[in-house]
Amino acid sequence: MLYTFLTGPGLIISLIVFFGGLAYRLAMYFKGLDWRLERVAYKPYLAEGMKGGLHSAYKWLIPYGTYGWRAQPFFTLCFFLFHTGAVLVPVFLIGHNVILQERFGFSFPSMSQVPADILAVATVIGAILIVLRRIALAEVRILTTTYDYCILALATLPFITGIIARLHIGSYEFWLICHILAGELMLILTPFTKLSHIALYFASRWQLGADYGIKRGGHRRGPCFPW
Amino acid sequence: MPEGQFCNKTPVTTEEALKALLGDKGGKQYYEEMSRLDVDAEKLWASLQKTCKSRTLTWLEICAHCGMCAESCFLYRVNERDPEQVPAFKIQSTLGEMIRRKGQVDNAFMRRAMEYAWARCTCCNRCGQFCPHGIDMGVMFSYLRGLLYSQGFVPWELKIGAGMHRVYKAQMDVTSEDWVETCEWMAEEQQEEWPGLEIPVDRANADIMYTLNAREPKHYPEDVAQAAILFHLAGENWTVPSTGWEQTSLSMFAGDWEACKGNVQEVYAAIERMKPKRVIGTECGHAHRATVIEGPYWVGRPDGKPPVEYIHYVEWLAETLRAGKIRIDPAKKIRENVTLQDSCNYVRNHGLSNFTREIMSYIVEDGYFVEMTPNRECNYCCGGGGGFNGIGLFRHQRNVALRTKRDQLLATGATLVVAPCHNCWDAIRDLEEEYRIGIRWTFLKPLIISMAIVPDHLQPQDNDEEDAE
Repeated sequence: MLYTFLTGPGLIISLIVFFGGLAYRLAMYFKGLDWRLERVAYKPYLAEGMKGGLHSAYKWLIPYGTYGWRAQPFFTLCFFLFHTGAVLVPVFLIGHNVILQERFGFSFPSMSQVPADILAVATVIGAILIVLRRIALAEVRILTTTYDYCILALATLPFITGIIARLHIGSYEFWLICHILAGELMLILTPFTKLSHIALYFASRWQLGADYGIKRGGHRRGPCFPW
Repeated sequence: MPEGQFCNKTPVTTEEALKALLGDKGGKQYYEEMSRLDVDAEKLWASLQKTCKSRTLTWLEICAHCGMCAESCFLYRVNERDPEQVPAFKIQSTLGEMIRRKGQVDNAFMRRAMEYAWARCTCCNRCGQFCPHGIDMGVMFSYLRGLLYSQGFVPWELKIGAGMHRVYKAQMDVTSEDWVETCEWMAEEQQEEWPGLEIPVDRANADIMYTLNAREPKHYPEDVAQAAILFHLAGENWTVPSTGWEQTSLSMFAGDWEACKGNVQEVYAAIERMKPKRVIGTECGHAHRATVIEGPYWVGRPDGKPPVEYIHYVEWLAETLRAGKIRIDPAKKIRENVTLQDSCNYVRNHGLSNFTREIMSYIVEDGYFVEMTPNRECNYCCGGGGGFNGIGLFRHQRNVALRTKRDQLLATGATLVVAPCHNCWDAIRDLEEEYRIGIRWTFLKPLIISMAIVPDHLQPQDNDEEDAE
C-alpha cells in the first residue's frame, strides 16, 4: 500500500518538485544575470561565452582534469568516489528503470548489478571520507556547519538504505520503504537546499568560463582558459 | 558617532578636502574617527538588494565549504595556513554574513570586513581558478570593497587615491599642464642622444595613442622618455593626449565605482577626440584591468570593449620585435638567469602570458630564462596587488605577503626579474628591501633600450661626424 503510493503519486510528486524546482532555479539564475553588474557582455559574445562556459563545466567533470583537482589528489578521490555513484546509480540502476518502465512506459539503459553495487558502495565510502576530511583538516573544519553534514546525510541516506535493502539485512520491505522515502526526500529538498548545485553547478561554472571567454582574455590565450 | 571630519561616507571631490585629508599624517585622526563611524544599515541593505544578484548569491549559497580554495590562496599559505585565511571563510564571514544579516551590521563588523577586504585579499582571482563551482572570491571582495567604501570604511590612502582621481583625473596631483610640460621637458632632454625625438601631444589620427600611469610623469619622468625612445626607434606615428592620459585607477582598488567611471570616461573621450588607430597602455597591470577590461563596463559600453583596439605594452612590444621594427643586438642579450613576473591583472585576467614569453625569447640568450613555479595563469600575486602595496595600516601584513614571491624568486635562482607591471615592480623592490635576497628588477622599456640596435639614421649627428673623421 505505502509502496504503491511511494512509487506512484509519491514518485511523481518528487520528480516534479525535483525537476520543476531545479528548472526554476536555473531560470532564475540566468534571469538574474546582469551584464552591467557582472561586467560581462554575454549577449554580443554568446558564442565565446558558450565555448568558454561549456569548456569550463566539462573540464571540471573529469577526474584530475584541472589544476584544481590535481592540486588536491585526496579530496579529488573522495569527490569522484562520491559523485560518480551518486549521479549514475539512481539513473541507471535496473530496479529504478523497472519502476520507470512500469509507471511511465519508458526507461534508461540499465547497468548490470555488479558495477551498480560497486558504485553505490563507493558513494558511501566517498561520503565517509568527506566527513573524516571535514573533521580532520582545520581549513575545512572552519567552514563546516551542521547544515553541511545534513546535506551530506540527505544525499547519502538513499544509498545506505538501498545497500541494506539489497543485502537483505533485516526486513527487506522495511529498508526498501526507507530507501524510497530517503530518495524522495532528497529529490524534494534538492531545489531548496545546497543540493541545488546539481543544476546550479553548471550555471556557476558556465558563468565563470563565459567570463574568461568573453572578457578575461578569451581568444588571446588560445582556445580556452586553462582550468 | 555620525560622520567624521575625514572619515565619512562622502567621497573627496575638492582639492581643499584632499589636501586636508593628506594633512592627517598616516590617517591618525581618520582611523580614530572610523572607530566611531556609524553604519547606515538601511542604505547598505538597499544597495545589496539592488546590486547583489543571482551570480553572487548563488556563489555564496552553493559554496560546498570544501576548502579547496585554501591552498590556492597565497595569503593562506604564507600566513602559516591560518584557517581564517581560507578564501571561503574570508568571504562568507564578511559579505556572506552581511547578506544573512540583511545589512544590519555594526561598526566593528565593518572594520573587520575592511581588514579582510584589503589585507586578506588582493583580488588576484586565483581562488576562482581552483574552485570546482567556479566561485571567484576575488570578484566578490572587489564588490565588498565597493560596499565598504560607500559606508566610509576604506583605508586612508585609498580614500585619498580615489579623491585624487576625482579631483585631478589622475592618481597623483599631476595636472594636464604638468603633464604636457613633462612631455616637452623629456623630449628636449633626449635631443642630444635621440635627435628628432618627439613626444607629440594631441596629434589627431595617429596610429598609436599612448596612455600611462601618473607616477611616471610625477616620479619617474624617464619612463615617459623611454616610451618615447622606443616609439621613435620603431618609427611609430604616435601621440599622447593632453587630457585622458592617466590609465590607472586607485579608485578601483578603493571600490569607488563612480570615480572609476569618471576616469575611464576621460580616457575614452581622448580616444574619441583624437581618433587614433589604437591605444597602447604602459607596463602596468591594474591600469590595463581598469581601462581595458573593466572600464568599458563602468561606462556602460554594451560590447564590453574600449572605443578602439586598446592593447597592453607587452602586446605592442612583442609585435614590434617580431616584425623587426626594433632589433635586438645579439651581443647584448641577457646572459644571467632571469625570470618573469606574470601580473594577475593581464595574465590570469587577460590571457597575455604568451606575449611576455615571446619578448623574453627575443631578449634572453638561450638557457638563461627560468620560469617561476607556478607561472602564467597559475602564478601567485606579487604580494602587493589590489592596493595592498600602498596601505600603511596593513604594511606588516603586506610584508608577510611578500614572502611568497620571495620564495618563488629564490627557487628560480635568478638574479634579475622582469616585472612589466608597476604594482609587481614595487612589490619586488620592497621585498628586496625587506628581505635582501639579491634580486634586481626591471621594466621592459629600459631593458629593450639598452639592447636595441640603433639604425644609422637615428644616431646622433656628431657621432656620424666622428665616424667620418
